[in-house]
Amino acid sequence: MLTREQPVAALEASATSSTLLDIHKIAKSFGKNVVLRGISLQVAEGEFLTILGESGSGKTTLLRIIAGFESATSGELWMGGERLDRLPPYKRRVNTVFQHYALFPHLTVEQNVGYGLRVAKHSASEIDAQVEQALARVKMTAYAKAKPSKISGGQQQRVALARALVKRPQLLLLDEPLSALDANLRRQMQLELKSLQREVGISFVFVTHDQDEAMVMSDRIALLRAGELEQVATPREIYSRPATSYAAQFIGHTNLLRADVRDGVVHCGSLFWTSQLPDGSALLSLRPENIEVAAPSSVPGNVRFRGKLRHKAFHGASELLQIECTDGLLFSVRTEARSDWQGELEFEFDPADAFPVRNSEAA
Amino acid sequence: MFSRAYRAVVTVPPLLWVTVFLLIPYALMFCYSFWMVSTSQTIVHSWSLANYRQLLTVDVYWQTLLRSMWIAARVMLFSLLLGYPLAYFLSFYAGAKKDLFYQLVIIPLWVSYLVRAYAWKTILGSDGVLNTLLQYVHLTKHPLEFLLYSPFAVVLTLTHIYTPFTFLPIYASLEHIPRNLVEASSDLGASPAQTFWRVIFPLSIPGVLAGATFAFVLSLGDFLAPLLLGGPSGIMISNIVVSLFGAAYNWPLGAAISLCMLVLVVSLLFVSERLEKKWSFS
Repeated sequence: MLTREQPVAALEASATSSTLLDIHKIAKSFGKNVVLRGISLQVAEGEFLTILGESGSGKTTLLRIIAGFESATSGELWMGGERLDRLPPYKRRVNTVFQHYALFPHLTVEQNVGYGLRVAKHSASEIDAQVEQALARVKMTAYAKAKPSKISGGQQQRVALARALVKRPQLLLLDEPLSALDANLRRQMQLELKSLQREVGISFVFVTHDQDEAMVMSDRIALLRAGELEQVATPREIYSRPATSYAAQFIGHTNLLRADVRDGVVHCGSLFWTSQLPDGSALLSLRPENIEVAAPSSVPGNVRFRGKLRHKAFHGASELLQIECTDGLLFSVRTEARSDWQGELEFEFDPADAFPVRNSEAA
Repeated sequence: MFSRAYRAVVTVPPLLWVTVFLLIPYALMFCYSFWMVSTSQTIVHSWSLANYRQLLTVDVYWQTLLRSMWIAARVMLFSLLLGYPLAYFLSFYAGAKKDLFYQLVIIPLWVSYLVRAYAWKTILGSDGVLNTLLQYVHLTKHPLEFLLYSPFAVVLTLTHIYTPFTFLPIYASLEHIPRNLVEASSDLGASPAQTFWRVIFPLSIPGVLAGATFAFVLSLGDFLAPLLLGGPSGIMISNIVVSLFGAAYNWPLGAAISLCMLVLVVSLLFVSERLEKKWSFS
């Protein structure tokens, strides 16, 4: 197994604001099937943390362990100086927004929102006031008397949010809450959710398999792969400096270059440039947008290469070109969209943008 | 589209079946209920409401009808009290053994009704298993008489026989409750008891209503259990109908009582279905 260094961003986050939830070496197996392999992660107060991973990565299991619906095989959860993992779900100051909302079908919208207060035996007048406020916050006041089956998916989503927030949890867990919505509504809800989180100041732990969603909303992303944390960092950092080849490929698009470093010179196919990397083989990530069509006057230090255009994909503002060099190297290059890209072209990139990543496959 | 021949083949037999075995008998019964038996023991086709008047004024008829309803109500109650916890346990806590337990509940339904009724007779009789045991351990000196040939025996036997019928719809409705609702309730701070009373039970009401209707309607019309185990005090309305159509040879009165029962049962089913609809949310 790889030794994992503490990512810089996580250190910063835990240094600047206090830790709310401490996930300590949580492991989970279902029979022989190991789902989580010793996850350690801190959630800071007021933070929007996204657990990002493909299906089967263990992200939902981790969330269910925090909520209390599953118990970990080993490891501990600490929240506010208290062992969280020993409490039943109904005693945890954690609330969940479920993937399919899980609204009570026999209760109206306002009864759903008031449920958590009613079981806690708050007074009727207090429940009414809080429910009204919560419904106003998610703009669902008009539907207070409706049954959940009579409102749309996006509206059910809002009610589920209000129902969880009315409990004033210290931590809100969201299990792919947007996955059932269509693309437009989804983008709108992403922004609403993010601004709602800033407004209420509660820590959100958001689970998704959608990297764009994670990038748009999160303060930090915890990338989970096959039950292990691949990288924990801010969206900007995880994109510009992915720790592993998996992170580089899963978040955004990248060129992975296999290179040999000898005496401070990186050799990649017929290309070479000087660098500070230690000798040996290296895997480099070079984002398509960091490669440019070569300017007539060469920028000093840039690496230039020529290649044939094999394929191009139009993306609106930009275009993604597939370039094959004479030595067989393939590059993806993101350029401005132009209709006249063709034949053999010359490109250049700053070697500083080709940074080393750990090879995930070797793990 | 389907050919005429195909449509005829699939629609005519069931229509014939319903007509010959349901509609015509009901129509005949309806007519009979207004006819009379003459002093010479022949059925006279003169129309009158005398049979219905007799049903309301002769004590034994309306009292037996009330007793039958009282027995059926108790069977319904006990079947629910036994069937609901069983269904709840199976649906929520049986885990991998769910299917095994389910089969164990269903198996008694394959055993003949008569065998089960006779089994209770050997258990409850004066020389039966229960009385022998009670005397053996010196809890009682003499055999307990009320065990057999009493409404008690009828209620016990019918409860045993109809509990699976109550169990099945309750189990089905519990199985239909999305488990994330239970998790959501717990997540919002509800204790297991609160989750049961505020989420699980309300969502299982359609099953409870269906199960209660099964137990009540099936017990109300039962005549074998009272015949075998009821004794004089455990007679039910169906026994009276049987004797009116048999030994007493008073088909018109028998038809009138049957028709009243039919109206009662159909209105019960109607009300129960309306309530079930009101309580279903899927």
